[in-house]
Amino acid sequence: MSPATRAGAAASPGGRRRPVLRVDPIACDGRGICAELLPELVTLDDWGFPVVDGRPVPRELARLARRAVAACPTLALRLEHEHEHEHELS
Amino acid sequence: MSPRAAALAAADAPRDRDGAMPATGLPRVLATASSGPGLVAHLAAHGALPAFSATRRAEHPLVDLVEQSGLTGRGGAGFPTARKLAAVARARGDTVVVANATEAEPVSAKDKVLCRLAPHLVLDGVQLAAEAVGATRAVLVAHPTVSGVLGAAIAERARHGLGGVRPEIVDAATHFVAGEESAVVNWVDHGRSVPTGSRHRPHERGVGGRPTLVNNVETLAHLALVARHGAAWFRALGTETEPGTLLVTARGAVANPGVYEAAIGSRVDDVVGAAGGHVATPLAYLVGGYFGTWIGTEGREVAFSRQGLAPLGASVGAGLLLAVPTSCCGVVETARLARYLAGQSAGQCGPCVFGLRAIADEVGLLARRELASDGTARLRRWLGEVDGRGACAHPDGVARLVRSALAVFDDEVQRHVNRRCSAPRPEQSALGLPVT
Repeated sequence: MSPATRAGAAASPGGRRRPVLRVDPIACDGRGICAELLPELVTLDDWGFPVVDGRPVPRELARLARRAVAACPTLALRLEHEHEHEHELS
Repeated sequence: MSPRAAALAAADAPRDRDGAMPATGLPRVLATASSGPGLVAHLAAHGALPAFSATRRAEHPLVDLVEQSGLTGRGGAGFPTARKLAAVARARGDTVVVANATEAEPVSAKDKVLCRLAPHLVLDGVQLAAEAVGATRAVLVAHPTVSGVLGAAIAERARHGLGGVRPEIVDAATHFVAGEESAVVNWVDHGRSVPTGSRHRPHERGVGGRPTLVNNVETLAHLALVARHGAAWFRALGTETEPGTLLVTARGAVANPGVYEAAIGSRVDDVVGAAGGHVATPLAYLVGGYFGTWIGTEGREVAFSRQGLAPLGASVGAGLLLAVPTSCCGVVETARLARYLAGQSAGQCGPCVFGLRAIADEVGLLARRELASDGTARLRRWLGEVDGRGACAHPDGVARLVRSALAVFDDEVQRHVNRRCSAPRPEQSALGLPVT
């Protein structure tokens, strides 16, 4: 795994970081719309809740990813950049 | 459990030449175990708190001292204490210190015993931490069984004119996930003791939205001794990578269940020995807590430390060591734990609510020798699916526990798949699970 993917977002040749899909597990009700709209990046577990893999969203899927985020009725699906989840203290 | 406490001394621990208290001996945080929880006994055992002078709070000398001591959190995560201190000390504006004595892990007693036996050492730690991060507010979130003794100690300090921010006491919520850091902050602020899954950690945005230092009370007690005796003294016990002592709750099939202070690096067998030894042949040990890991009896020889337990996939967690005897069945015991932990989900996250219930059901079928013929394949897939899918680490912890059972009780699992069980008394439990 490259350092860039391990950090959760990858730098594109233009220097801009590509976002990753995140699910807020508290907000998510498991409606499953995201998996219908974006089966390339979202699968459902046995209980109907979305599983995302945490890898940067490929450029060709960026528009579809934004559409899935906008369609989430509980605002649980988000596109995040690396700096938004940089907190290592526990 | 009785508040039995004793020290497990390393045989070659050097002794102080001049002091009343052995400078590097044991016990340390439990030094007042036999002299009572009062302020006079506390000062006689430990002496007064040293005064620090700092020109700016980001440069408080205690942060450096704690850094050199290598003190890590004793609440379960084992994070370097100095880094948390520094993060809050650097923050702008008013800051808050939260001392966490929630100890909602029902099998763990070490924080309650510490608060009962050495409340002033805990309060020294609160006072010092508040000073180091410039806190204007200190909150002690205490298990309801010890909030009284802590309140009395706070009043006693006030009568004697001891300085510092006067800590408020908040009775902790007692359900399983209530002790998680964000749940504690949520409880103090909003009376909701559930994890928030917030992207902001307490050191960034905690109680009242202010930068907040959340420390376990045992960590703060060690900090109070580091402040008095220094980093070299602290490091005289323990190992190079894990200096100092830790409190262990020893339970299960041991002669004298209780809380013991041990030099980090003491073997599992030494801790069992301090608790009077086994009362029955051990089958395995549950380490860390209900939220812990099974290790087999080969683990008797390893150090009860992060480093010693790591090769077995285990961690000291909140300092629990529970011996399960060979009369019990490891698979059946795991089913009891999985059922209990599934019921302790805060109920906020789907994968935790539904996944842990499904996992507990599946382990229950295995325990009753009723699992379908395809064995544990579905269970193993589910364990992978709940990992990392909650707002807190509750589902991860259950997955780790059940995975460790599948590894440690491998043969017994296979027997159960084949409708057999080798334990003479599988209906017996050594876990002491609360009745729910």
